[in-house]
Amino acid sequence: MWVLLAIAVVVVGFALRLNSMLVVTAAGIVAGLIGGLSPVKILNAFGDGFAGSRSVTVFIVTLPVIGLIERYGLQQQARKLIGKLKVLTTGRLLAIYLLIRQGTAALGLTSIGGPAQAVRPLIAPMAAGAAERRYGRLPEKMQEKIKGFAASADTVGLFFGEDIFVAIGSILLITGFVDATYGLHLEAIDIALWAIPTGICALLIHGVRLLLLDRRLDKLAAEAKTDSEQVAR
Amino acid sequence: MIKVEWFYWLCGLFFVLIALQVVNDRSNPKRHGSAAFWGILGLSFGYGTFVVNKQAPAWLLGIAVISLAVLAGSGFPGRGHEQTTTLHERARFADRFGNKLFLPALVIPVVAATFGAWLAKVKLGDGKPLLQSGSATIIGLGVASLLALAVGMALLKPKSPAVPLHEGRRLLEHIGWAAILPQMLATLGLLFNASGVGKAVGRVTDHLVPKGSLIAAVALYCIGMAVFTIIMGNAFAAFPVMTAAVGWPLLVQQFHGTPAVVFAIGMLAGFCGTLCTPMAANFNLVPAALLEMKDQYGPIKAQIPTAIPLLACNIALMYVFAF
Repeated sequence: MWVLLAIAVVVVGFALRLNSMLVVTAAGIVAGLIGGLSPVKILNAFGDGFAGSRSVTVFIVTLPVIGLIERYGLQQQARKLIGKLKVLTTGRLLAIYLLIRQGTAALGLTSIGGPAQAVRPLIAPMAAGAAERRYGRLPEKMQEKIKGFAASADTVGLFFGEDIFVAIGSILLITGFVDATYGLHLEAIDIALWAIPTGICALLIHGVRLLLLDRRLDKLAAEAKTDSEQVAR
Repeated sequence: MIKVEWFYWLCGLFFVLIALQVVNDRSNPKRHGSAAFWGILGLSFGYGTFVVNKQAPAWLLGIAVISLAVLAGSGFPGRGHEQTTTLHERARFADRFGNKLFLPALVIPVVAATFGAWLAKVKLGDGKPLLQSGSATIIGLGVASLLALAVGMALLKPKSPAVPLHEGRRLLEHIGWAAILPQMLATLGLLFNASGVGKAVGRVTDHLVPKGSLIAAVALYCIGMAVFTIIMGNAFAAFPVMTAAVGWPLLVQQFHGTPAVVFAIGMLAGFCGTLCTPMAANFNLVPAALLEMKDQYGPIKAQIPTAIPLLACNIALMYVFAF
């Protein structure tokens, strides 16, 4: 039971906003020591874990080309383009992106979106551009809100779309674990089909929240205006 | 056969080149420590190949990884002065290039999707797959980035071939050490498993199960998946533990739930937890860094009000459809 202390290290570390890299490393060492692993085994785990998870960092190979086109005005062009499409408010744009992201992920095309290759260069500047058309210059609070929701549309779409695709890791994990442990013979397609109801719920809940974002931005813009008027007085 | 390791070496090379740039960047007040961070990281990517193949000891990489964490805790890597275009120049470039600017950005999804959906199934003459199995997405992303870069260079004709490297460094320096936090968390998951954290949590949930109530058991499985995922940062780590503690013995064996429904929805209940936790750094913290947000928890705050009702939906769906 004492190994649960390692979880306490994580919770306390994140709550105190200490450097996450140090918190995670300390928690790993604490868990290993209490769990009775030798120092060499702990070091081996750090090495094996890092080497085996390099795939999650591969997104950085997109950075040079994304940086290059940003240098030549990609974000400005994205804002300009959205400025012409007057029907697309911030909320509607993000709701459409959620739908596209979830639909393509359900077809197994998970690399179509992503924070590095889609949200930073295209979706977030378009969402901000749509808001700028409506409110003019955006105060920081509104910029932050729009960025947070742009990232959320990508993540929610991915999570609750990819599980509808048969050959995705989480489904293979379910069938692999359950078949091996309990001697069942689950069909991957059954698991995938039963992900559809939750997928629809996710689309409805987050889609509605994205559409309501427009109203919240209205409110934030009004607040910012009264604030600046008070300062002016 | 195209191997995924090639692209890990490409990442490693990128980090090493960044380190060489940083060490010569006098505008960066922390250039030595920062160069050490990116350099060690780059070499670790290459060395990792031999660790995976069991040709080299893993503990050496472990020491390198812990030294990266210590560097991160000491305030490295820092950022230098950005050498990029001004907003005014960018607006002029946007007028000049127009919608052509989207072309390289669109090459990435199109090529990546082609690899994932089509080339993944192509076999070579000797019957081996063209792409290393299970890695088509990663390989696709790597090839797509290189192709997009070639298109971008041909289109925009920057003065020096080093421009994309400088611009890539600008973005990478914004992300900083958060770029490898997801890998650190994967490592933590490994250590948690090896030292029995999962089993301990399973024992705690055992005491929480009320006898005979179906709705309570369903709720415990779903909420347990979400909470355990919040702690571990990964629904995959939570699934075996919660399924062994609640899903299988109670929901399937005792209440005769349909296994496919129970397990599919149980996993998705875990995903609701992923939306809420900084432990899932690649989905929640890295985007905040990439978007240069002031509040690193901004995406999580946008997601929690979706995660909670969605978790309730999962409990209801499982209760209705599995029994």
